[in-house]
Formats: sequence, structure tokens, C-alpha cells
Amino acid sequence: VSNGYLFVQEQTLRFLPLFHILISGKGLIMTKSAQLAPTLLSQMDEEIDTRKINNSFLRDHNYATEADIISTVEFNPTGELLATGDKGGRVVVFQREQESKNQPHRRGEYNVYSTFQSHEPEFDYLKSLEIEEKINKIRWLPQQNAAYFLLSTNDKTVKLWKISERDKRPEGYNLKDEEGRIRDPATITALRVPVLQPMDLMVEATPRRVFSNAHTYHINSISVSNDYETYMSTDDLRINLWNLEITNQSFNIVDIKPANMEELTEVITAAEFHPNQCNTFIYSSSKGSIRLCDMRASALCDNHSKFFEEPEDPSNRSFFSEIISSISDVKFSHSGRYLMTRDYLTVKVWDLNMESKPLETYQVHDYLRSKLCSLYENDCIFDKFECVWNGSDSVIMTGSYNNFFRMFDRNTKRDVTLEASRENSKPRAILKPRKVCVGGKRRKDEISVDSLDFSKKILHTAWHPSENIIAVAATNNLYIFQDKVN
Amino acid sequence: MRKRGSRPIYMPVRRRREKANMYSKGTKRKFSDGVDNKAVAASYSLQRQSLLDMSLLKLQLCHMLAEPNLCRSVLIANTVRQIQEEMAHDGSWQVVTEALGGSGHGPSDRLVDTEVLCQSSEQQDGGPRLYSVMGYDGCREEEVVTDKALCSVVVGDRAPALLLGTIGHCWDRGELRVEDGVSKDSGTGEEEGTKSGEGAKMATGQVFGTFEIKNGAPGSDPALEELFSDVDASYYDLDTMLTGMQSAPKMGPYDFLDSLASSHGSVSNSSCRADLNELDHIMEIIVGS
Repeated sequence: VSNGYLFVQEQTLRFLPLFHILISGKGLIMTKSAQLAPTLLSQMDEEIDTRKINNSFLRDHNYATEADIISTVEFNPTGELLATGDKGGRVVVFQREQESKNQPHRRGEYNVYSTFQSHEPEFDYLKSLEIEEKINKIRWLPQQNAAYFLLSTNDKTVKLWKISERDKRPEGYNLKDEEGRIRDPATITALRVPVLQPMDLMVEATPRRVFSNAHTYHINSISVSNDYETYMSTDDLRINLWNLEITNQSFNIVDIKPANMEELTEVITAAEFHPNQCNTFIYSSSKGSIRLCDMRASALCDNHSKFFEEPEDPSNRSFFSEIISSISDVKFSHSGRYLMTRDYLTVKVWDLNMESKPLETYQVHDYLRSKLCSLYENDCIFDKFECVWNGSDSVIMTGSYNNFFRMFDRNTKRDVTLEASRENSKPRAILKPRKVCVGGKRRKDEISVDSLDFSKKILHTAWHPSENIIAVAATNNLYIFQDKVN
Repeated sequence: MRKRGSRPIYMPVRRRREKANMYSKGTKRKFSDGVDNKAVAASYSLQRQSLLDMSLLKLQLCHMLAEPNLCRSVLIANTVRQIQEEMAHDGSWQVVTEALGGSGHGPSDRLVDTEVLCQSSEQQDGGPRLYSVMGYDGCREEEVVTDKALCSVVVGDRAPALLLGTIGHCWDRGELRVEDGVSKDSGTGEEEGTKSGEGAKMATGQVFGTFEIKNGAPGSDPALEELFSDVDASYYDLDTMLTGMQSAPKMGPYDFLDSLASSHGSVSNSSCRADLNELDHIMEIIVGS
């Protein structure tokens, strides 16, 4: 390994500029989206049944239609499946190929497994406002039987989807023929038992539960509890607890809405359940604080058990200090001992036992500190970056601008900047570390701060739960990288 | 404190690079020598003004979207508060009051008087006037040095503090109130009669409201009202309606910016319309647009 980094060298390219729309389950007939390019439409005209899609035609197309912008990425608990949600309300699920002994160098690649329209745009007649269909979050449930379950949410409604396979179908009905037409009973002379015949694999997604009408404000997070029976949904001011089986009621466990809305100065930005303790959860705020709550203490968790906040550095203070301290994402470590927060310029790792300051602080793109005013002007300062842990909690990853994403090794304290772009990525080529030059003379491979493309931002990334495979969403492209095996 | 009359008038020219540099560091101003001081301070106040306008414009545009992003709106509103507080703190509102030019409003006069008080006492002192940074959270106590006196303002972690201790220094000391161990100076220029009634309300941290030097109850900031009105349907209940109606049409200096923000056709107190148009007109003349 030439560059000494332990991960992410080889890459398998998967470009998804456009999502293919398939039939999902009973009764959900999808018509082709009008946003698809005309050339692709003709290719897909014949597709009405659900097959394992051959996505070869999806490569090398770079139509950046708004509906195709990926808004969330999530591996399932085993890492076998990877789900993405986009602004158009669609969910695409990828499945890892089984490794074959014949081709050991082609370690399990991800292929499209299922695609379905999770949410549709809605209209709130009371407020005369449109409700976006954009998928804000996807969370997988652990697998209990042959089917896969995931929760997906837009601004207002959470849905539980069941994704199941069907590779057999019954044939030989008595009352209807092969095409489904009713047979004239007079013509039936003998009875037969229908037999299950193999068929082409069909993956269907059906909505099993719809959890709606519980949020006045926009849902920003969902998190499944360790008990696998409950989950919580979080909007700007409230957190609700649901039972997965019950859709017509939910319990409010946190409410920070002030009596007078004009006194509002702080909102909830993210929340998550503890991975091992079903009674514990955390939520982050726009003022840079994290509160840990224990549901055993009281039914309404407005009083926190722990309060994590770093004292402000008075020398670094500006009018933008509060905005950049706003936490955009919060994640427990897999062990449950640490939590990680992402604010605009840094990633911080906190020890659950120390509330006064973070354990570690990593600068993601400190060179932006002098550009805050411009970033405020073009609204980039409000971008919500996510952060992820690797399976062993030794490396953390987060995105940046110019399609850069950063990784920090907590043990060696080394960090790397990589780029997710087609020009710089060839199959099986090692990803080259990138560097942003801050001032003075720029070396050959470096990029200067002023040349950064702020429209290319990596907000959503995911790390395989046990292996060094990462998924990076760059606008409407999904990149999957894995580390090299010698 | 700068001499009256030499304060630059807002010019809509934007210098981005300067802005970027200015806002990256703390808002502490350094008084090196008299000559540099004026230039630096002028440039700083220009940039601060343009940041304020930008923020108000953003808040304005929020309403035109399908549904405003609450987090973003709250952050922008907090930024506007900070700027307004700082501007009130160092008396930059004087520009606006002068623009109103003898409209004869009681509160404006009151503020102007404050200015005189602060100025004269500092001129006696001759020493530098340091501003410590204003913080909403994290900083438990701020000390602001004006002249030789120390006003310490304790910041609670729930409600944004009324960081008006500095202005209050120039006011009658008797107006300092102590509530639950937290000393806040509610003497923001409200007229005597209304102050006692609003003291309780102000203590809850209605920062925008306290800056409104009018007879109205706090919370009648039209920009903020519109901001959150879209988000919460329950806003349109009796309490808030009454609050809104209580707000007097009298314009204080802070309403100026509010009117600038809300001049683009959003819902506003209809009783202010005539005044708003007049003030807009005056402002245009000053700005020279």
C-alpha cells in the first residue's frame, strides 16, 4: 500500500444519475417519471414487471435532475443491503453480490435490488403548503425473517416498508386459466392442486405501516430502539415515540416548543437512540448542545440527564459563531461509549461520561472559517453534513465541498481527504488523497480554497457495519468504495 | 465612542473580501490610534449593517418558500438579534434616529439622550472603551467596561439575556432590577408607565421585544411574527392576536429596520402602513437610491 492508509483504495464504480422506477408490490403502478431523459425512456418502455435490474445502462449518464438528488444513504445491519432515498421520494435498495470463488477479485459488488416510490408529494390544505416527498432518513430494522424491513420518512410521514422476494408462483388454478381469465365452470371436468413453479425473481416492496399526522414541523431524524419494537421520530421541536405496530398513536417524549413562538431560539437538529440501552437517547440542538435523556426518569423527557456543551472560545467569536456551532448530525458509536457530533467546521467525539468538553475535535475544513460571510450569503453555511463511524469505531468520516470527503483515524490521528468524482476515479484505481491549499503557493495537485465548488457537497455517507466499504452520495451520484485486497 | 456627525451613512456597496475577513475574527475592536480607529470602525459598521440587511432579506425570502426551514430561520433570527444588540450597544441606532429627524417620538429622544450621556462621560474619561463579546450561551457572565464603571450582565442559559447593561449604565441607576439573582437592566427606554407592566414579560428573554421602543407589548416584532406564523397554525390564537393589536403604531428606531424588512408586501400591522411608507421614503433619500 503506497500511501499508508488502511482503507479505501480500490473502488467499484456505481453511478446512479437516474433511478429506474419499478413496480413495487400490489397496486402501486409506477409510470415513468417525466424527468427521465428521452433516450432512457425508450429503453424502459417494456419494463413493467419487477426484475432484478441490469443497471448497465445507467452508467455514464449525468443528468442532474432535482428529483434524483440523493438525500439519504444507509446500510442495513448486516451490510448486505444499501438503501438510498432521493428528493423525488424514491428509495433504491442495492444488494451485495455473493462472493464467488471463480472471481475472487470481484468482491461482492452492489447491484440494484429494489426500487420503489416511498413518498408522494402532498398538499396540506389547511396551511396551503406543499409537503415535500424528499426522503429525509432511512433506517433499517434488523432482519427477523426472509423479508427486509426499513423505515423511511419525509417531512411529515414515516412509513414502514417490507421488501420481500418472490421466486415461485402458483400455477394450475381450477377456476382461472394461466392468463387469469375466469374459466367457465361448465368446462371444468377435473380438479387439480395448484403447484408452485419457479419464476424469475421478483422483489417487491409493500408499505406495511404508515405513521402520519404526528408532526407539526419537519421530521429530521428517525431512530429505532434497541428493543426493536419502538422507534422515535424527531422534528424541529418535538420527539415522538412510536410502537412499530401501532400507527394511530404516538407518545411525545420531548417538547421544546416555547409557549410564545417568538421566544424560539433553539431547535432540535438530530436525535438517536443508544445502540445498546433502549431507554437512553440523545438529541442535538441548533445551539451546539447535546442532551442525553433517560426514558425511565419520566414520561416527558424535557429534563435531560446529561448536557454536553463545549464552552465557547471567546477569541474565535463572530456573528456566525452560533450558526457554525449548530449541530447537523449526532451519532452514537457502535459501542455506545462515545457520541459524535458534526457542526459546520468540525467533527467532535464526546465521551458519554464527560459533559464539559469533547474528547476529540477534528477540523473538517477550517479554511472556510475566513469565508463564513460569503457562505452565509449563499446559504452554504446552513448545509447539514452527516457523519459516520466505521464498524470498529476507530475511524470517522464526514463530507465536505467539491465532492470531497474526509476520514479521521482516531488512533493514529491521521486524516485523509478523498474525492468522489468520475474524472478522478477509474475502476480499481487507488483513490488519491486530495489537499486544499490554504494560502501562499499552491502545489501541483492541490486545489485552492477559491476554486472549490460549493455546489458539489457531500452531505450523506454510510459505512458498512463490519467491513471497509463506504457509500458516498454526491448530488445524484452514488459512489461505493471498498478497500483493496491483495 | 465616535463623535456625532462623523458616522458614515450606510452605502450599499459590498466588499466581500473585507467582509469575510472582518467576520472571521471576534467582534472585538481595537483602538490603536485615533486615525486608524475611525476608518476601521467605519468599515466594520458598514459590514455589520450589510450583514444585518442580508439577514433581514433572508428572513423575508423565507416566507416565499413552500414552508420555511425552521432551523435556518431561527439561526438567522438569532444573528439579527445579535447584530441589533451590538448596534444598540454602541449606539449605532443613532443613525436611524437622526434619520427620523425630529419626529418627536418620546422613545427616540430618550435614546438620543442616552447617547449624550455616554459620550460626555467617556470624553471625560478619555480612555478606551472595550466591548466584550456578547454571547447567548456558554458564557455565563459578561463584563462590559464602559467608562470606568463595570456593568456585569449575567446570562441565563435559557433566555437570551438582556444585554442592555451597557446602555443601562447611562441610564438612571434606579432602573436596575434584580430578579432571582440575575440582574437585568430593563430600562431600555420604555416609558415609565409601561415598564412596570412589561418587566415580567421582558424577563423571559424577549429580546426583540425589549428593543422595540414603543408602547406596545413585547413580541410585536412584525418580522418575527411573520417568520413563525407560517410554521405554527396555533399562532393565530387569541393571545397573540391581542398582543399584536396592542402594539402602538408609534415607530421607534428599531421599527425602521423592521419596516425595511417587511416592506415587500408581507403581512404587517396595517396601522403602520402610512408611517412605513413615509419612513421608507425618508430612508431612500438618505441612502440615495
